[in-house]
Amino acid sequence: MNLLSLFRRNNSAPVARERLQVLLAHERAFVGQSDLLAVLQEEIIAVIAKHVTIEREKIQIKLDRGDPVSTLEIDVEVPSYAAAAAIRRRERSLPAAAT
Amino acid sequence: MATVLVVTSGKGGVGKTTSTAALGAALAQTGQNVVVVDFDVGLRNLDLVMGAERRVVFDLINVVQGDAKLPQALIRDKRLDTLSLLPASQTRDKDALTAEGVTRVIGELREKFDWVICDSPAGIERGAMLAMRHADMAVVVTNPEVSSVRDSDRIIGMLDSKTVKAEKGERLEKHLLLTRYDPARAARGEMLNTEDVLEILSIPLLGIIPESEEVLRSSNLGTPVTLGNPNSAPARAYFEAARRLKGETLVVTVPTERRSFVGRLFGRRAVA
Repeated sequence: MNLLSLFRRNNSAPVARERLQVLLAHERAFVGQSDLLAVLQEEIIAVIAKHVTIEREKIQIKLDRGDPVSTLEIDVEVPSYAAAAAIRRRERSLPAAAT
Repeated sequence: MATVLVVTSGKGGVGKTTSTAALGAALAQTGQNVVVVDFDVGLRNLDLVMGAERRVVFDLINVVQGDAKLPQALIRDKRLDTLSLLPASQTRDKDALTAEGVTRVIGELREKFDWVICDSPAGIERGAMLAMRHADMAVVVTNPEVSSVRDSDRIIGMLDSKTVKAEKGERLEKHLLLTRYDPARAARGEMLNTEDVLEILSIPLLGIIPESEEVLRSSNLGTPVTLGNPNSAPARAYFEAARRLKGETLVVTVPTERRSFVGRLFGRRAVA
C-alpha cells in the first residue's frame, strides 16, 4: 500500500454515485418489465429450437448493464450431429414414458 | 383545506416513523391540527415513538371495518393538544386494510385536521400502496446509501403512477428528506453527498437531518425529537422541513449540535 492508495481509500462515494446512476437509468427504462430476461430467454429458445436441436439447459442469457451501452450475451451450446439425434430420440420417447 | 402527506421510502429503517413523529409534532406546534396515521399493520411502532403505546384501544383496522368510530380510535397527544395519533393494528392481518375503507377514513380525517400524515410501512406491498394512495404530497425519506437511494427511486416511480392524484393526471408534490446525514463524511467523499442524491433522484429537497444521538434518545423516551429537545440539531432540521412543507422558502442547512461552554471543555454535551 503506498501513500496514494492510503489517501484514496475512503473515496467510495463517487463509486456509489456512478453505480447508482447506471443502475437506475436501466431500472427506469425497464419499469414493468422486470421479467424481461425470462421473456427473452423463452422467445430466443423458441426461435433457435425451430431450426436447431438444442437442450434448454444449455442456453445462458446474461444482461450486463453498463454505461453507455449494455451487452446482451446469449450463449447457446449446439450439440454435435450424433448428440442432437440422441436428444431428439429422448424427446420423442418422453411423452410415451410419461403415460 | 386539509393536506394528506405520505412519509415513505421503500427501504426499511431509514427513519420514516421518526420523521413522521418529528414533522407531525413540528407542524402541530405551529397551531395546525395534525393527525399522524400508522399504516404499518402488524408491525406498528408510531405509537411507541410518540409515547402513546399504553393508550391504544382501537386502531385503523377497527375504523376501516366499522368496529369503532374514528373519534374512539384517535389518541390525542398529552403534551400537544393539536396533535393526534391513529395507530395501526398489531394483531390483525394486513389484508384487513381495504381500499374502500382507507378512502373513507382518509376522507373523514380530511374534515377534522389540517394535516393527515400517513406513516408508510417499508416495501411496496399493499400497506405501502394504500398509505400513498390519497396523498397530496409525499416526503421520501432517504439515507445517503446506495440501497436506500435505489428504493427511493422505485417509490418515486410509484408515487407518479399509483396514487389517485397521478391517475387523475394531477401533480403530486414530492420532497426529499435526507436522514442520517454526516456532513463531515460526505465532505471526505466517504458518503454520498446531498448533490449526488438530489441529482440522482431529481426531486426538491425538504431537509437534511444530521446523524444524531438525539434521535435514539427521543425514541427511547417516546417523545418526538421536535417536542422533547427542540434545540437539538435534528429537531431544528425537522422544524425547518415543516416550515417548507407549509410553503415557506428557506435555504436548506445542516444544523449542528450547539455545545455549551462546559460541554466543550469536557468534549461532550454537558446536559443530557
